[in-house]
Amino acid sequence: MRCSTMSVFILILVASAIGPACRRGGDVVSLTGAGATFPYPLYSKWIAEYGKAHPNVQINYQSIGSGGGVKQIIKRTVDFGASDPPMSDEDLAKAAGPIIHIPTTIGAVVVVYNLPGFAGELRLDQETMTGIFLGEIRNWNDPRLAALNPAAALPDRPLAVVHRSDGSGTTAVFTEYLSNVSPAWKERVGAGKSVQWPTGLGAKGNEGVTGQVRSSPGAVGYVERAYAEQTGLPYATLRNRAGHFVRPTVRSVTAAAAAAVAAMPDDLRVSIVDAEGADAYPISSFTYILVPEDVPDARKGEALARFLWWAVHEGQGFAADLYYAPLPAEMMPQIEARLRMIKAAGRVVLGGR
Amino acid sequence: MTTAGPWRPAGQNLPDRFFRRLTAFFGLAIVLVLAGIALQMTRMSALGIERFGLGFLVDTDWNPVAERFGALPFLYGTVVSSLLALVIAVPVALGVAIFLSDLAPRRVRAPLGFVVELLAAVPSVIYGLWGIFVLAPWLRDTVQPALASTLGFLPLFQGPPLGFGMLAGGLILAIMILPTIASVSREVLRAVPGTLRESALALGVTRWEMLRGVVLPCARSGIVGAVILGLGRALGETMAVTMVIGNRPEIDASLFAPGYTMASVLANEFAEATTDVYVSVLVEIALLLFVVTLLLNAVARLLVWRVGRLPGGAGRL
Repeated sequence: MRCSTMSVFILILVASAIGPACRRGGDVVSLTGAGATFPYPLYSKWIAEYGKAHPNVQINYQSIGSGGGVKQIIKRTVDFGASDPPMSDEDLAKAAGPIIHIPTTIGAVVVVYNLPGFAGELRLDQETMTGIFLGEIRNWNDPRLAALNPAAALPDRPLAVVHRSDGSGTTAVFTEYLSNVSPAWKERVGAGKSVQWPTGLGAKGNEGVTGQVRSSPGAVGYVERAYAEQTGLPYATLRNRAGHFVRPTVRSVTAAAAAAVAAMPDDLRVSIVDAEGADAYPISSFTYILVPEDVPDARKGEALARFLWWAVHEGQGFAADLYYAPLPAEMMPQIEARLRMIKAAGRVVLGGR
Repeated sequence: MTTAGPWRPAGQNLPDRFFRRLTAFFGLAIVLVLAGIALQMTRMSALGIERFGLGFLVDTDWNPVAERFGALPFLYGTVVSSLLALVIAVPVALGVAIFLSDLAPRRVRAPLGFVVELLAAVPSVIYGLWGIFVLAPWLRDTVQPALASTLGFLPLFQGPPLGFGMLAGGLILAIMILPTIASVSREVLRAVPGTLRESALALGVTRWEMLRGVVLPCARSGIVGAVILGLGRALGETMAVTMVIGNRPEIDASLFAPGYTMASVLANEFAEATTDVYVSVLVEIALLLFVVTLLLNAVARLLVWRVGRLPGGAGRL
């Protein structure tokens, strides 16, 4: 009796010692990343798909927010960070070593509204956008709105602005756009993840804004495009820099990035709000993965570089289904050049490609 | 006691001594944790305290872009929303408690009591979602227009009916603290000795007079304690309030206007606060919330103590 208990015990011990080693094949590389919430659905898709083809690479991504991603990559508590806005020069200076920005996909911020009795396409230009969010346009029947939308009569209804209450990359992109197109906005409010809103109610998260706009007739707010598509909320057509009215689609958002290629800095840190280009949707932005130029752990560095190479090539195929816009082909040479700079323990990983 | 029997006084027995030390350590640990929290928060908010000084308490500006920060709107929002919740919840909760302890038929008491306690178990995010999709539209379309047309002469009920705002925040909080106050008060009322009730009835008073004159005065300090528990929950509640209060750092006399609470601004802005000053003023707000909670609790304790010393009231019949 005692003997058999003992042998079972030994068996369990042996099995638990051998088991994991067998499963892993001994050389699993595990990468940890943290940051932006906006690309999280796409990143988890990538991680799952990449994991199928490369079972020896395990990637963990925690969507803690862009600010958190930047903080963690500065402190090097993660293998890679992720952020919607690129890192500031100040933040880059705080980091232990140089950090490479790899754009992974492009997002768009759309202006959603809830206007019962209005079924047409709502058109907004730079002036009316600023007017609404500065609190100067207070009713839907404002003549400035009517002039842009002659086809359909806008109802007499108070206009209620809904904005994000939590610090957010979405807000950063949106307020950067408003600062770009309106000197008045730039002076009075400015751009940032949290700003002092001149008017309106604050709701938490993209889902909070979506919910509040849906439940309040007359409301207008801004959310990531995916939230508008998934909930079926109508969104406005915006006039871009070239003067065309553009709807946010995969094509128009990619076009905004393509328009920026000519003036793209080498480090790829760039804002593409209010982009040039006839078809460019004006409130678009890259989201980035932040990698140390020299990853101290050789195996991690190699796995990370190869994963990112896959993400900006094959990975782009998963973007559109999840309402992200793929990176424009024109940008690939520049992105590849940055990827080739990644070193693993001092050795270049993708140099041969 | 000293010599008789096989056992010795507690102080000399080793397990007893060990147990006493252990419990004393646990008791002390709570104080140490509190002191540690206060110390750490003070340290982390040093930058903000240095830059804004006492002006932080009275300044109404909150501009992260320009890094101008003032905490008054959040202080105001926390205090007003919690008080509003108390004003709404206390009478209802007392009614529930009295009904459950004295008036309800026996068969109903247990199931009804259970349902009240169930309210306390609903996660706050559920209250928040309910607030967004049910409460706020109802307030906007029905309650606020009605209030505005009848009591609109009061500054409390003026302004556009948005649904989201201080009123919604206070109502949500009221619903959330109601089960706490009701179930604790019920226990307190039950603890009033039956003989007191019977003596009062034997003197020929009505049931109402018995409740007002004997049972409630007897249970007064316990009921105040229940209200403090509710207040504690209201002050610290974050998620549900954030979802309905409108999150606007502004001080407005109207309950229809949006507001902001200290707990909400922490939940909203802490994760993405990047600059040192910004983080430090948020910690300072946390410190402030800590102090406000301590102060209100101290005041309430004082109240319980005062009330407990008042002569209980057969004379008030």
